[in-house]
Amino acid sequence: MKKTDIAKELLRRMKLIRLAEETIAARYSENKMRCPTHLCTGQEAVSAAVGFVLSKDDFAVSSHRAHGHYLGKGGDLGAMLAEIYGKATGCSAGKGGSMHLIDESVGFMGSTAIVGNTIPIGVGLGLSIKLNQTKQVSCIFLGEGATEEGVFYESVNFAVLKKLPVLFICENNLYSVYSSLKDRQPAGRDIYKMVQGLGCPAQQGDGNDVFEVYEKVKKAVALLRGGKGPYFLEFSTYRWREHCGPNFDNDIGYRSEKEFLNWKKKDPVGRLEKDILKKGMLSRPQIDQMEQEIKTQVDAAFHFAEESPFPQALEAYTQLFKE
Amino acid sequence: MANRKLNFAKAVNEALTQAMEKDTKVICYGLGVDDPKAIFGTTLGLKEKFGDARVFDMPTAENAMTGIAIGASLNGIRPVMTHQRLDFFILAMDQLVNSAAKWHYMFGGKSSVPITIRLIMGRGWGQGPTHSQNLQAWLTHIPGLKVVAPAMTADVKGLLLASIFDDNPVVFLEHRWLHNLEGDVPVDAVPIPLGKANLIKKGDDVTIVSYSYMTIEALHAIEVLEKEGVHCDLVDLRTLSPMDWDSIFASVNRTGRLLALDTSNETGSVAGEIIARVSMEIFAKLKAAPQRLASPDYPSPTSPALTKSFYKGAEDIVDAVNKMLGKNISLEYFQDHRKRPHDVPGDWFKGPF
Repeated sequence: MKKTDIAKELLRRMKLIRLAEETIAARYSENKMRCPTHLCTGQEAVSAAVGFVLSKDDFAVSSHRAHGHYLGKGGDLGAMLAEIYGKATGCSAGKGGSMHLIDESVGFMGSTAIVGNTIPIGVGLGLSIKLNQTKQVSCIFLGEGATEEGVFYESVNFAVLKKLPVLFICENNLYSVYSSLKDRQPAGRDIYKMVQGLGCPAQQGDGNDVFEVYEKVKKAVALLRGGKGPYFLEFSTYRWREHCGPNFDNDIGYRSEKEFLNWKKKDPVGRLEKDILKKGMLSRPQIDQMEQEIKTQVDAAFHFAEESPFPQALEAYTQLFKE
Repeated sequence: MANRKLNFAKAVNEALTQAMEKDTKVICYGLGVDDPKAIFGTTLGLKEKFGDARVFDMPTAENAMTGIAIGASLNGIRPVMTHQRLDFFILAMDQLVNSAAKWHYMFGGKSSVPITIRLIMGRGWGQGPTHSQNLQAWLTHIPGLKVVAPAMTADVKGLLLASIFDDNPVVFLEHRWLHNLEGDVPVDAVPIPLGKANLIKKGDDVTIVSYSYMTIEALHAIEVLEKEGVHCDLVDLRTLSPMDWDSIFASVNRTGRLLALDTSNETGSVAGEIIARVSMEIFAKLKAAPQRLASPDYPSPTSPALTKSFYKGAEDIVDAVNKMLGKNISLEYFQDHRKRPHDVPGDWFKGPF
């Protein structure tokens, strides 16, 4: 694929995620989206690039902040929004909400809410790939906080032991809710180096540089498909909004406005757009048109979510077991 | 259909073997599944027969290995995971409770988690506070899990086959004191439907609802009671979740008396739930207050001196029936006939675990 086409597609995916998240933020106070919602504004590059490199047949799992991962992988936006609105047409029929997204048609196998919870599940998908002898890859999105959970080490160990085709994508956004990384992990110890110590090849990169993410993921996935075992990539990035909810929270005391503004300058979407314009890959009117198309798509998805029916109350008592 | 005598452990082994023969997607792993002891013989020969891709020892990582079973099952694999002690599996509660039990429901029925987790629980031989817990009440409390607790060797094979081929997560509880008991086991792979109790003994005086090892104690008690003209229904639950309430109600409707047996601590027990439901739903049919027999609300002690009266057995069952019926059947029979020490299932048991 030509670099221009890659850049265009990455920009489109990032802008879709950005607009979806920012529209949720803008409309959250209407009280129609009645579930905890963790937005990823500022972190779009990783979602877009990873989702673009992976194919539909590859698996992905994620955690509480999953909207970007789901959309980057090609998940249905209308079904995601309907889920957040608690509608029957939601991807989880209203039983899961923002933190439990699924779209198996594009290999997005599920996101769950407990930190670290889907890490072994992604490794298990990797085991199934090995047993079934297919060329798929299983991608696990995790935050840096999840590397503090015991299950992370258990999972990496098994993936290395069995040489499973598992791609660990760690977004290091420096905070676990309001707890700073410096209060949780020792200074001067890099996560990716620690993972190398577990016997898993690992690299670190700038999570706000979508091309860097793209290149690193592409190389890693090529190795994975070659049966070389798991790969771990850590990307530094920053969530702009509060841990959970639609607001900014630089004023409440756990991080500073200055820190936020520094990261905002590294806005991955603006950075790519500037680069594309500078290199003449797209013109301003072409980007405007892309934005218009995305806005139409997002508006239609919100409309679908809002207009969809709620599930019947008695639906709460279904689907306990697969019959 | 042909039967022959096998012991409980061999019946488990045969269920695993036939499941793996029938479906190449069935895999089996757990700490020690391929070691010389082969989980009390239950996994003997599987690795040799099916290879190390499908049968393997695992890292000491109960939580991740449970999640790995879940993940594999989302893509068509049917993992059977085994733990030699239920107590160690407590480390896997996140994966069991937050993921396995809820996956089908919380994703609106989009996918399901067909995994079987074999847990071995027990009593006696100084297994003590953290090597013999019977935490089935925790498990039955979690919607979305199936919980199976066989008692009879004749049933264990069919129940394990049904568990493995069920499309939902099943926790399969094997009591250590059952592994050596012989019974008539079908040669063929015939699943026994989950959620169906079995009326093992029939009698109109008292309904004894039981499961797992306590069913064996109940059979000993009933032998004595019948000699004295007291006849009991023995409802062996086999599956604890979903519970076969119809069978329980049908029996208590007839007898009017309920004694619920449990292998675990009394408070919050499965037996307690049975008494609650029966009391609420068919109170008018009861001729006497329902009773339960369970272990005391203490951790299991280790010394044989401390366990003498800790675990409930056939004597306690006869004693409870005596009280319910206002009878005075002698317990001497047990003092005369129990040849083994109180802390082992039989003379064959020499430890160490």
